[in-house]
Amino acid sequence: MQASPPFLAADNLACRRGERLLFRRLSFRLEAGAACHVTGANGAGKTTLIRALAGLTTPFAGEVRREGSLALLEERTGLDPDLPLGRALAFWFGLDGAAESAAIMARLRLDALAEVPVRYLSTGQRKRAALARLLGQRAQVWLLDEPLSGLDTASQGLVTDLVRKHCAGGGIALIASHQPLDVDSMTSFAIEDFAPAGEDA
Amino acid sequence: MIAALLKRDLAQFFPFTGSGAALPVVFFVAVAMLFPFAVGPDANLMLKTGGGVVWIAALLAAVLPLERLVARDIELGFFDQLKLRGMAEEAMMAVRLIAHWLSFGPPLLLATFPAAALLKIEGATFDILLLGLLAGTPGLAAIGLMIAALTASLRAGAALSGLLLIPLALPILIFGAGALARSDAATLGFVAAISLALVAIAPFAAGAAIRAAREN
Repeated sequence: MQASPPFLAADNLACRRGERLLFRRLSFRLEAGAACHVTGANGAGKTTLIRALAGLTTPFAGEVRREGSLALLEERTGLDPDLPLGRALAFWFGLDGAAESAAIMARLRLDALAEVPVRYLSTGQRKRAALARLLGQRAQVWLLDEPLSGLDTASQGLVTDLVRKHCAGGGIALIASHQPLDVDSMTSFAIEDFAPAGEDA
Repeated sequence: MIAALLKRDLAQFFPFTGSGAALPVVFFVAVAMLFPFAVGPDANLMLKTGGGVVWIAALLAAVLPLERLVARDIELGFFDQLKLRGMAEEAMMAVRLIAHWLSFGPPLLLATFPAAALLKIEGATFDILLLGLLAGTPGLAAIGLMIAALTASLRAGAALSGLLLIPLALPILIFGAGALARSDAATLGFVAAISLALVAIAPFAAGAAIRAAREN
């Protein structure tokens, strides 16, 4: 699995939501160490793009190619709302074979919340919990959907830091966000540039 | 991965520990308790209809926890995260089927003892009832899982569930309750066969349903 370097590429991708074509002719290729920022207004198709890249939905046209393991961070955390945070995360840590779970919890300042049921967490705390799950996965390709929303300034800095480290270590990150992100040598594109121009979809 | 998922699913669904509590079993016993009051103390009538009532109660107990069986984990993004780790939807649903059956099947079989006593079902008839439920409850669990997955992403899901339940549950009820009426153990073979077919289909049908649910 480690043999070939990771990459994430889209060829002529087009996606629909319902009957509406959101974007088309979207092509890019991210090599190891690359970070890419996808911007766009709400409803422009950022989440749709991320889910298509993750292979969760079939694109309307075009193709997604990827080498390397994949991790997805989105609004839905995958954490059981009724369980205490520590146990909800332990399920995913166990599944992903994460050895340094305690360190990850400390990193994201979650240790104090381990006994709190997930449904009582605030939006920001829940986001940090999802980030902890993401770190435990140690995947090569990160797909982050609005990783900064709901986070305070300190936590936003932490996310930026995590992305920087991930890419410095040869990982790939594609970040969909309407907020600016300060990562060196990050490429970016606006999803609206690929929206069908005026024509009826 | 499968083992970890099964453990998690069981913790979610198991009566007394999970969020669903013992509702299906309580419901099952409640029906058996109320039925004699509803039809009157006619021993003959009870003997004829009691077994059928137990089957209906078992079926309803199997579909009681439907809403939290699949829809909740779709909303959580739970299945999506498993998918990213390379697990097939069919495997997720097969695990869920096992967990669903374990959460209501064995407790329901135990509850059949007091329920049968309340309905005055005894002797050979009781044996056939118990064996029939043992063979049939996996099939009932499969029906429940399929309906839960098919209706998970629909807003009017609950209404549709009821409609879907009727044709799916008919065959197993005909033979399950039929075995009682004719005191014929051979009919139980049909119950087992239908149950087996349902169990074999369910992971694929439910897996395809949650895949389709992602597309909208």
